[in-house]
Amino acid sequence: MNLPKAKQDALTARLAGLSFDARGWLGAARSEALARLGAMGLPGKRDEYWRYTDPTSLTTPEAPPAAAFDAGDETPVFDGIDRVKLVFTDGVFDADASDDLTLAGVEIERLAEAGAADIHWAQGLYGALEARGQTPVQRPLAALASAFASDGVLIRVTGRAAKPVSLIYRHVSETSDAILHHCVKLEPGAELTLLENGPAAARFTKVLEVEVGTGARFHHIRAQGRDHARRAATHVFARIGAGALFKSFTLTANGRLTRNDAVLELVGDDAVAHVAGASMGDGDFHHDDTVFITHEGERCESRQVFKKVLKNGAVGVFQGKILVKPGAQKTDGYQISQSLLLDGDSQFLAKPELEIYADDVKCSHGSTSGAIDDTALYYLRSRGVPLRQAQSLLVLAFLAEAIGEIEDEAIAEDIRSRLEGWLHRHAH
Amino acid sequence: MLEINNLHVKLEDEDKVILRGVDLKIGAGEVHAIMGPNGSGKSTLSYVLSGRDGYEVTEGSATLEGQELLEMEPEERAAAGLFLAFQYPVEIPGVGNMTFLRTALNAQRKTRGEEELSAGDFLKLVRAKAKTLKIDAEMLKRPVNVGFSGGEKKRNEILQMAMLEPKMCILDETDSGLDVDAMKLVADGVNALRDAGRSFLVITHYQRLLDHIKPDVVHIMAAGRIIKSGGPELALEVENNGYADLLAEVAQ
Ligand SMILES: Nc1ncnc2c1ncn2[C@@H]1O[C@H](COP(=O)(O)OP(=O)(O)OP(=O)(O)O)[C@@H](O)[C@H]1O
Ligand SMILES: [Mg+2]
Repeated sequence: MNLPKAKQDALTARLAGLSFDARGWLGAARSEALARLGAMGLPGKRDEYWRYTDPTSLTTPEAPPAAAFDAGDETPVFDGIDRVKLVFTDGVFDADASDDLTLAGVEIERLAEAGAADIHWAQGLYGALEARGQTPVQRPLAALASAFASDGVLIRVTGRAAKPVSLIYRHVSETSDAILHHCVKLEPGAELTLLENGPAAARFTKVLEVEVGTGARFHHIRAQGRDHARRAATHVFARIGAGALFKSFTLTANGRLTRNDAVLELVGDDAVAHVAGASMGDGDFHHDDTVFITHEGERCESRQVFKKVLKNGAVGVFQGKILVKPGAQKTDGYQISQSLLLDGDSQFLAKPELEIYADDVKCSHGSTSGAIDDTALYYLRSRGVPLRQAQSLLVLAFLAEAIGEIEDEAIAEDIRSRLEGWLHRHAH
Repeated sequence: MLEINNLHVKLEDEDKVILRGVDLKIGAGEVHAIMGPNGSGKSTLSYVLSGRDGYEVTEGSATLEGQELLEMEPEERAAAGLFLAFQYPVEIPGVGNMTFLRTALNAQRKTRGEEELSAGDFLKLVRAKAKTLKIDAEMLKRPVNVGFSGGEKKRNEILQMAMLEPKMCILDETDSGLDVDAMKLVADGVNALRDAGRSFLVITHYQRLLDHIKPDVVHIMAAGRIIKSGGPELALEVENNGYADLLAEVAQ
């Protein structure tokens, strides 16, 4: 099937500047991804899941320039957390800034070096979850990342990782256009916390594929960096096995355009998937969370908790779907998306969807948009809490349910302090 | 301590006048009570004094130790020593009771140029005060007033008052919704705070509370005005005869 001419031209233009590496097993996986991309074309404004977010700046041949931001007024995110660090600067691995990649119970390989090596476990995984995640909703930028990722990490967890693996994405060049692809495979009973932080580049396209084996536990916490002008399209694809747990939390403060896709499949019985986000935008900020959770196993639980704090014309988007397949009995699905509009200029667009083909399920979803509660504000002030501080307390209270999805208290506290910092800087 | 002169208040968004010339003077160390029929404006008076939005003062003044109250922000009034125990304490999901108390206390201390209380000292203080009010540690951990029973909310108001040690305490129907024992606890809490430098304005419908918290003066409010003031015997009269006689007396 041929693409319409405009779509074909846009794709050709985008791919012209990218180099394709066809070598080895990875090359084969990349070729399949390229074929998927070729069949879909790049996302367009009229595509069903791009109606609220204009994909143009994510698909142009060149990344729109974005100045790097100096967040030197704060300690780096996760600074106090003992972890194994891998640093990427504008998408390029920085060995000097990174730790030695050894961690008991964990194998860590770099994608850039993996093509030549025989990494058997990654061969069936790379691009596989992304490919599954292309139906029923197409995600062309994910296929692009599978085909053209310049680097990434392949992580296999066989035991309980003693400390988190931390991916740090630095942004230096004003025109950098980073494409990364990571795979994580947790063998049955394994446990890992993956941290990600930083803006990565002027434009960042990324895929993270996670296979969570039977009874395994995966925690993912990321902070997308304070850069104002950067753009990002990120994707998490996860397949969660019986009795396994998947938890992902994202903090987004600032950023001109962010699109975070999460495509999660609960394939085994009694599996749990939680995905949460707290985002804050002031002014030129467009943040889109697009989530698709498929329940296949019985007695699985999924939770989506997304909170957005918006001011000065910032825009928040939430598109969240729960699909309960036939036979996924006793599914417990919960979805909440809320925005706190700090003024009348900001906007929240939400599209919650439920599609249920099993009869014994419990699914709830809610979406609200509102201002700070005046009565609560007055009550706090009447006890002597100054206006700004009272507002800040109430905003943090609004975000609490999302932050509550982070299990590690030290990490949650770190995230909370970032939010407080943001509120302090953005108090009128 | 508190001096209110000819206070007229209407709703900001409607042409509804609620207070029609309230005069009230409470000296340092005094306890005054206000009684009055439902809708007479008692809560409105307490809200206007503490700085709630939505009301417009069209005439008159209110001062706390000589400072113009009505010009100040709510938090400034609190720091100046004013405290209102709400008739309907507000639930704040997501804000822990402890965080709330500590933030409030330290903010007031800061505004007054005093040093902030350390986490340890604060904890000791709040535990001791909570114990006397029979508020358990579990309640302190919960979000502000969320899931509290009516009586627990009222006790929580008194706990805040005990922690903040204000000079002018307004209690708006703190007794309603309390069982007999809880009322005694609350009254003891109030009495423990009584001293020469602190005044109370107790809004209530029932004489019973005034058996425990002995007022110096009792005022009767009706239709946005104080129509009669007297000693504690006035409360007894209301208890026995209702407001009909008093209202008729004024109407003459
Ligand atoms: N925000 C408001 N909007 C509309 N009406 C109001 C508002 N605030 C007060 N009122 C009205 O003003 C009048 C006085 O109310 P207020 O709550 O002060 O009475 P109260 O004396 O405290 O009564 P109660 O004994 O029942 O507590 C009532 O008629 C009430 O309905
Ligand atoms: Mg009242």
